[in-house]
Amino acid sequence: MTANQLTLWYLVASVCFILALKGLSSPLTARRGNYFGIAGMTIAVLTTIAVVARGRVDLILMAMLLGGTLGAIVARRVQMTQMPELVAAMHSLVGMAAVLIAVAAVNHPASFGVADPLPTGNKLELFIGTFVGAITFSGSVIAFGKLAGLGKHFRLFSSAPVVFAGQHWLNLALALVMFGFGAAFFLAADKAWTPFAAMTAIAFVLGVLIIIPIGGADMPVVISMLNSYSGWAAAGIGFSLNNAMLIIAGSLVGSSGAILSYIMCRAMNRSFISVILGGFGAAEGAAAVGAEQKAVRSGSAEDAAFLLGNAENVIIVPGYGLAVARAQHAVKEIADMLAQKGVNVRFAIHPVAGRMPGHMNVLLAEAEVPYDQVFEMDDINGEFGTTDVVLVLGANDVVNPLAYQKGSPIFGMPVLDVHKARTVLVNKRSMATGYAGLDNPLFYMDKTMMVFGDAKKVVEDMLKALH
Amino acid sequence: MGGSVDPTVINLVVFVLAVFVGYHVIWNVTPALHTPLMSVTNAISSVIIVGAILAAAPAESDFGSWLGVVAVALAAVNVAGGFLVTQRMLEMFRKKQK
Repeated sequence: MTANQLTLWYLVASVCFILALKGLSSPLTARRGNYFGIAGMTIAVLTTIAVVARGRVDLILMAMLLGGTLGAIVARRVQMTQMPELVAAMHSLVGMAAVLIAVAAVNHPASFGVADPLPTGNKLELFIGTFVGAITFSGSVIAFGKLAGLGKHFRLFSSAPVVFAGQHWLNLALALVMFGFGAAFFLAADKAWTPFAAMTAIAFVLGVLIIIPIGGADMPVVISMLNSYSGWAAAGIGFSLNNAMLIIAGSLVGSSGAILSYIMCRAMNRSFISVILGGFGAAEGAAAVGAEQKAVRSGSAEDAAFLLGNAENVIIVPGYGLAVARAQHAVKEIADMLAQKGVNVRFAIHPVAGRMPGHMNVLLAEAEVPYDQVFEMDDINGEFGTTDVVLVLGANDVVNPLAYQKGSPIFGMPVLDVHKARTVLVNKRSMATGYAGLDNPLFYMDKTMMVFGDAKKVVEDMLKALH
Repeated sequence: MGGSVDPTVINLVVFVLAVFVGYHVIWNVTPALHTPLMSVTNAISSVIIVGAILAAAPAESDFGSWLGVVAVALAAVNVAGGFLVTQRMLEMFRKKQK
């Protein structure tokens, strides 16, 4: 195969990747999109293997079989609630692979068809690919630990922010030193292993330091951000190997992660900079202390079922508390039961309802809730005013009307307008505050009835009462 | 003017255009599918496996080519895991059966 043919096949693969992402514009076309992605990857791998010397192909195929089998087993076994951990772990692998490839490229540029010694342009790109890859790797490992709740075993994995004095100055100093070594590598005449190794080592440390101050509540932003980094790392490697397909695929992933980070920040009413600087949630619950005791109206699951059964329009607002209690399937049965009684049931989803973008949609889909019953915040917010009963399950900050009150800490945050409905049923375990540590006036409204208890237990009791 | 264009400049052209394509395609993704989007982009960024295969390729093996073999295995975990878990999730998104 000539270099031109190879490049043209890479073009076909690149187009397949674009089509894979395009398919995700609707659940109807998404599966076909995924097949395009698989086709693109197959073309990319097969054409590359075709140009590789025969002697090594066995070894490469064995490595692929080993990794592929492991990946397939994990993909089959992982639970949908664990998707954020899985995605973080996969980001770390992309980051590590980028670093390994960069080391191999410094060692032996000829195997990539790049001149030996490396031209300065390629060195610069290699430097970028390496440090972004290294930061992606160690940052994702920390994110994985935080998401998997490994804080008990290792303090750096704590979901509470790890902060210390002078943290940001240390990071800045390290980054400058890293760029210094990068410049030394860039300017050296031949293989400059010392600055390259020093630069890579500092990048690994920086990845850890960047992620540890970010608290559990901001994890949706962190995963999206690392998603973006893993793409830029791939693009950086593509630059240094003069491989257009890697650049295209990397850029697609990089922009995807960047856009998701932006969407998550907007949904939490936080600036990207303040998320990155971290420390949010360190004083968790502290703000709640001053709140005076106000009266709430509480009722039983049977009372709630009665109200639901007699409504014409019901909107269910699931929060992550619902997933923690594993109550999705029971909620689905309630929705079916109400639909049988002629009630119009819909689900309303806030962008940060889960622990990563779109997480709650997947959890509901897993419980076999049809996706045409599930609505995004912007599409359903106008409907609450004409809704008889809203059932809020394990959500708090995302339904807090304080977001409309000037001067409140969450002023301006987009929320579900649950308070506009005729009757609001709120299931919570207790009156504890959410991540933002804020009291929620919704709970004290006359139209609100609190149903305390574990979400699964409460939902199952409602179901019994509806029969 | 004259002479041939530096490969880096061509790379930059490809990069900028790809970012634009990415920007427009991603904003069209429905928010309901943002989790599958992340897992599939994960699989797609593992196309870095192409670089890993080239790194593993030299006939005379040295430490660089062994790192390449390791990189192939790591990227292969993502390729298989990413596409399969995406498929698994997308299978769940079904319309209401009438």
